[in-house]
Amino acid sequence: MAGKSFFIDTTCCTACRGCQIACKNWNRNGTVPTKNTGSHQNPPDLDGSTFKLVRFSEVETDGKIAWYFFADQCRHCLIPPCKDAIESHLPEAVVQDEATGAVVYNEKSKQVPFEEVRESCPYDIPRKAADGRIVKCTMCIDRVSNGLQPACVKVCPTGAMNFGDRDEMLKLANERLEKMKAKYPKAQLVDSNEIRVVYLVVDDPRKYHKSAIASAHPGMTRQLALRSLFKPAKAFLKGIAEA
Amino acid sequence: MTNHWIDLANSDCILIMGSNPAENHPISFRWIMKAKDKGATVIHVDPRFTRTSTKADIYASLRSGTDIAFLGGMIKYILENEKYFKEYVVNYTNASYIVGGKFDFKDGLFSGYNKEKNSYDASNWAFEMDETGLPKKDLTLQDARCVLQLLKAHYARYDLDTVSSITGTPKEDLMKVYEAYAATGVPDKAGTNLYAMGWTQHTVGVQNIRAMCIIQLLLGNMGIAGGGVNAMRGESNVQGSTDQGLLFHILPGYLPTASASVATLADYNKKFTPVTKDPLSANWWQNRPKYIVSFLKSMYGDAAKPENEFGYAWLPKTEDGKSYTWLDLFDAMYKKEFTGFFSWGQNPACSGANAGKTRAALANLDWMVVVNLFDNETASFWKGPGLNPKKVKTEVFFLPCSAFMEKEGSVANSGRWVQWRYKAQEPVGDSLPDGDIIVELFNEVRKLYKKPDKKSAFPDPILNLKWDYVTKSKFDPHLVAKSNNGFFTQDVTIQDKQYRKGDPVPAFAMLRDDGSTSCGNWIYCQSYNADGNNMARRDNKDDSGIGLYPKWAWAWPVNRRIIYNRASCDPTGKPWDPKRVVVEFVGEVKDGKWTSQKWKGDVPDGPWYPLRNPDGTAREDGKLPFIMRVDGRGAMFGPGMKDGPFPEHYEPMECPVEKNLLSPQFTNPVAAVYATERDAIKTCDPRFPFVGTSYRVTEHWQTGVLTRWLPWLIEAEPQLFVEMSEQLAQLKQIKSGELVIVESPRGMLEAVAIVTKRLRPFMVHGQEVHLVGMPYHYGWIWPKNGGDSANLLTPSAGDPNTRIPETKAFMVNVRKKGA
Repeated sequence: MAGKSFFIDTTCCTACRGCQIACKNWNRNGTVPTKNTGSHQNPPDLDGSTFKLVRFSEVETDGKIAWYFFADQCRHCLIPPCKDAIESHLPEAVVQDEATGAVVYNEKSKQVPFEEVRESCPYDIPRKAADGRIVKCTMCIDRVSNGLQPACVKVCPTGAMNFGDRDEMLKLANERLEKMKAKYPKAQLVDSNEIRVVYLVVDDPRKYHKSAIASAHPGMTRQLALRSLFKPAKAFLKGIAEA
Repeated sequence: MTNHWIDLANSDCILIMGSNPAENHPISFRWIMKAKDKGATVIHVDPRFTRTSTKADIYASLRSGTDIAFLGGMIKYILENEKYFKEYVVNYTNASYIVGGKFDFKDGLFSGYNKEKNSYDASNWAFEMDETGLPKKDLTLQDARCVLQLLKAHYARYDLDTVSSITGTPKEDLMKVYEAYAATGVPDKAGTNLYAMGWTQHTVGVQNIRAMCIIQLLLGNMGIAGGGVNAMRGESNVQGSTDQGLLFHILPGYLPTASASVATLADYNKKFTPVTKDPLSANWWQNRPKYIVSFLKSMYGDAAKPENEFGYAWLPKTEDGKSYTWLDLFDAMYKKEFTGFFSWGQNPACSGANAGKTRAALANLDWMVVVNLFDNETASFWKGPGLNPKKVKTEVFFLPCSAFMEKEGSVANSGRWVQWRYKAQEPVGDSLPDGDIIVELFNEVRKLYKKPDKKSAFPDPILNLKWDYVTKSKFDPHLVAKSNNGFFTQDVTIQDKQYRKGDPVPAFAMLRDDGSTSCGNWIYCQSYNADGNNMARRDNKDDSGIGLYPKWAWAWPVNRRIIYNRASCDPTGKPWDPKRVVVEFVGEVKDGKWTSQKWKGDVPDGPWYPLRNPDGTAREDGKLPFIMRVDGRGAMFGPGMKDGPFPEHYEPMECPVEKNLLSPQFTNPVAAVYATERDAIKTCDPRFPFVGTSYRVTEHWQTGVLTRWLPWLIEAEPQLFVEMSEQLAQLKQIKSGELVIVESPRGMLEAVAIVTKRLRPFMVHGQEVHLVGMPYHYGWIWPKNGGDSANLLTPSAGDPNTRIPETKAFMVNVRKKGA
């Protein structure tokens, strides 16, 4: 299954937050009360009504300032550890869509221990909604299966958000990477072999966001860390009608 | 914009200064990124490192209010290193003109300064004329009195050390910007600039832009693809509102408003119709009489006749010498010079400079009508902070109007595209489109004037107004649009073509000054003609290769996408840059001479022949490219500014320094200032040691009347904040995220501190100067604890030409709350 992928080119992102708002709009998500905490990043973190969050990070290197923007969202892992975590409790609470590779939780996720699912995610994505569901980006599976782009991609003015067939996105990502490497030696694609949301960054990914890259235990490669979380699949994939 | 949004992608070097497009014009970055992708250099010059700076190849910081020093240094660099595009400069600008003997510049003042009147007599800046009545020229540009040499002399003072000391920009950053931008002064390179309120909102606002115009003319960047001087408008339809004459000094189509002494149409035409003796100048404004008469016909219809000067006497006139800008109106309101006010689609209690004065002024009114979507700080000013509702006599009427998606009509964007929008849904509740409110209002007013028992002072303008914009008792935007396009009022024959009474005028070249045409706005002529509503076109094919998209919507004038585009060609009509052809002369040639008249590409600035034949010989029937200028040339020296023929650095009215390093003249000598007790200006006052500036963020719109009620947006930017450097925070022991007090001589605010690496102290006059900045989107009504308007701090001092307030550079103090 090649499926779909996002390519998020942070070098084009101006943090207009169109994606953050479009995500809330499409998902009919509400808000949390916020206050300014001394940063423009708001809400401060992903939450039950925020599946996509533009993270702001100020970095000073050799006296030169950079302000990195990271449009954080579920990576839709090729082999999603959260799916294993959920399936170990209630197989029908999660679906990995065959056509796209989208990982989608459903109503039944209410019955799954949230913390276990959140901890299983190398990118710290899943959150609990007010009604008890475990929630995150759905890859706009309802839009995509009807031939539309995900809401966040549709609204992006600069070309930072891209979506399409996985091979095309990887091709685009690698082309952009080559172009950026000339100017930014640290340019890289983050975890691109394991996930469906490929970020191009020009610096250490951790400078964008602490969970931008899959967290690794000391002495373990990232890939091993990911694999160690995988358990054998316990259930057949369910159709997305149940999602 | 002389160019348009998509055209940014054609540029080799984009100088973003006086603006923050990534945050305030986010879509612009679609095109900026495309340019960057093709190898363009993006430069951002700004007091703060913003979301725009993150995408810039070069970022240079400058102290707010010092742009002319910065740009003056660039002019000096271009001239002294001969980076200018000489052929362009000689042929298309007034660089070769000899300036008359009365012009002088000494001690920071231009000749003709009258201290008592606080103004200049601009006749001192006239050119020297030859016996034929044309300016004398030195095409070698060597004469010490020619514009180019005077320019060189004027900016000789703007050396790197001085500029850096004023602006606080490190010298190496100045050089990086100068070198990168000046590299576009060759035929096959294009440099553009993007500015917004960061340039305009200063007491030298117009001259900031003039400085850039000079640079663009020097580098040959006007009229070309990827070039131009590009103002990004502060609202989606602010271009449309100025096109339609919303400001006091202009009628629709940028026709000047008449003052009382311009008593007759003949006087008007004499005063406002420029005359040239240069056969090479198109002098387009020579057509002014056609446009004003056609406008009067659109106002008064059949009642406008030759024998009554087409109703010219019925047009409202201003008092001679009196200004009616925003600052002037609120000053007059504050002084109780008028008692009634329509606040329509605006929120002056938050949006104007020195909002405290505005709020006090509102209490002096007898009545106020507020037309808006939501309650706002203006409508509810009487219960605002510090006001006792029992003591406010102003009676407020609130009329709910519908939102933009609830009505049909046109919107003109910054690039002059006029795009028709359909109605997406019916208005909510009892709200009405603005047009319907105006129709009802006018019908009632007219009814009162018609009452025989009432003695109305001057009923003619009201009773004679042509008012046929209603279909089935509803306002009909199509009828207004058709009126703006214009129609023939009688059968006429023009160049063997017959037009019937009522036919739409095809384009403004057919407008007449004899009353046979009616046209509400000459620059919109062609927008809704026999081809239909051209503004509604949505054909996205583009064969131009430079993204002109000529069949997408319609652009004024006559669908021209890049204005002054004849300047993109050399004097023989051949494009300077064959890779970026805007227009090209493709007439037939015989014996080295053009024998037929034909341009291809964009709609050219006039159909005339180029200045020269292919063999280089001059043509007598050719025309110069800057057709709206009386002499057809781009004005490096000139062009009718109240504060001098060249831009000169003056300090902001409130600034952190005790002197101007470039001259003994500290501030703009003719700046607009006001004298009530609420107009305090304090410079170098130790109580207000930090530079303050105001701005916008992506997430909010103007004073936030629309966006503060949208939960997703207020979640993202919930509260008034004040950004400051880590150094200043340390100095004042302020932690990021805590509440602080920001105060100016005019007001005080509570704001959340954002302590950031993105702001840094400036080294100015050898001393550290701190700058803080605040958005002006908030107000006390909603959200609770969202803070109030940054305009409570800003000064009501203005630019002498536009009287726009200096809300981008003023002085404040910041302290920990309770300290």
